[in-house]
Amino acid sequence: MHQLRIGVLALQGDFREHIRSVDLAGYEAFALNRAAQVDEIDALIIPGGESTTIAKLARSFDLFAPIASAIESGLPVYGSCAGMIMLAGEIEGAASGQESFGGIDMKVRRNAFGRQVDSFESDIHFVGIAQPAIHGVFIRAPWVESVGESVEVLASISTESGEHPVAVRQGNLLATSFHPEITDDFRVHRYFIEEMVAKSGRPTR
Amino acid sequence: MSDSPVKVTGSGRVKRGMAEMLKGGVIMDVVNVEQAKIAEDSGAVAVMALERVPADIRAQGGVSRMSDPDMIAAIQAAVSIPVMAKVRIGHFVEAQVLESLGVDYIDESEVLSPADYENHIDKTKFTIPFVCGATNLGEALRRINEGAAMIRSKGEAGTGDVSNATTHIRTLLREIRRLSSMREDEIYVAAKEMSAPYELVKEVADTGKLPVVLFTAGGIATPADAAMMMQLGADGVFVGSGIFKSGNPAQRAAACVKATTYYTDPKVIADVSRGLGEAMVGINVADIPAPHRLAERGW
Repeated sequence: MHQLRIGVLALQGDFREHIRSVDLAGYEAFALNRAAQVDEIDALIIPGGESTTIAKLARSFDLFAPIASAIESGLPVYGSCAGMIMLAGEIEGAASGQESFGGIDMKVRRNAFGRQVDSFESDIHFVGIAQPAIHGVFIRAPWVESVGESVEVLASISTESGEHPVAVRQGNLLATSFHPEITDDFRVHRYFIEEMVAKSGRPTR
Repeated sequence: MSDSPVKVTGSGRVKRGMAEMLKGGVIMDVVNVEQAKIAEDSGAVAVMALERVPADIRAQGGVSRMSDPDMIAAIQAAVSIPVMAKVRIGHFVEAQVLESLGVDYIDESEVLSPADYENHIDKTKFTIPFVCGATNLGEALRRINEGAAMIRSKGEAGTGDVSNATTHIRTLLREIRRLSSMREDEIYVAAKEMSAPYELVKEVADTGKLPVVLFTAGGIATPADAAMMMQLGADGVFVGSGIFKSGNPAQRAAACVKATTYYTDPKVIADVSRGLGEAMVGINVADIPAPHRLAERGW
């Protein structure tokens, strides 16, 4: 197999940690912040950070349309936390005028678990990744409010207000509310690369 | 496939992780809802809610304290990005108050009048994470030992003079590089000399970086200032008085955000620096008598 080219959107947030996770999983990733680079990648990761900031910078530096159209044409993308928000078809609790790339037929609620005092870590069962459990770190995290029929829920978490999806997949798109990239566990990244990117059936370059 | 496992709040990973998400971003001082909205619209990753920006604290003098809870709550209600607020050095009750308000990060800050000239707050006792200022590595590690989950180099707040910010970030990173080059048996004396716990000093020597995110603050007033701090090795920047004491805050705020992301690209920095209008007037740090320098508060 050719060397996969995995870009990590490097506008703001913990993109270096994602590059490290990909590296731990045995692959290579690079920081992407130019529109021309979007044509050169086999997969994209959208990091944790501030979704309003990432969206504005993507718009200002002409990355928004190329990424949105690459997603539409089937580019495999993984987003964590802010990245999940960027992949949402609809955002609940958006800042005024806040945009997302879209791609996953879901409604995501920003800061759903509360403020930073409510941020937490917890083990979660992730469909498609064998035991031991994935350790999820949730930081001012979103959750998935509702999903369309073509969206598969890979992990959920129970709260006082019921059960909420925190990892979802639709086709080549993966989103998690939590941050595997700030742990040493690279299995979510490996899942994305080996189960999704490598099997995406997209032409190799 | 759903679990109801134990949820742990306030852990080191959750506190430090919050700062990881701010990296590559600009945190802006705001004194009211209108400014907070401008900051959010400009792409700030967080706002620091306070009653007076450092430039005004400096001009007006007097004791400066934690902000009115009503003012903080109004800003929390107005924006969706994280809201930080400041407490006086050592004032653990102000910190308890801010925690009860649910602010996202507490800045135990030399910009306010210290409440304790010996002790800083025991930050390990809080669920909410703290950011603290430091002028050198020893000071940074003492704060981390007390539970700080993020460090900002101090600079000299409220001046618009970036020289102290430069000195402090350079000092911090130089001391880290120096530790990395030491023999193991020299680390003990290094720890003694910088009055910092051996375990933390050893960790920095081994990893070549601070165990927490490192921002820069104090005197940053232009997009080029922000980009210089990033090139020197900061993870992100605080811009205090620099934005809302300038001629065109919205444009300057957005320009600082863009320059912080594209800090290695002089063309972007040039573009965003065009037609920004007046920067804050500023004071040269050298003209401020030593007793009035904020960076010297904290120990």
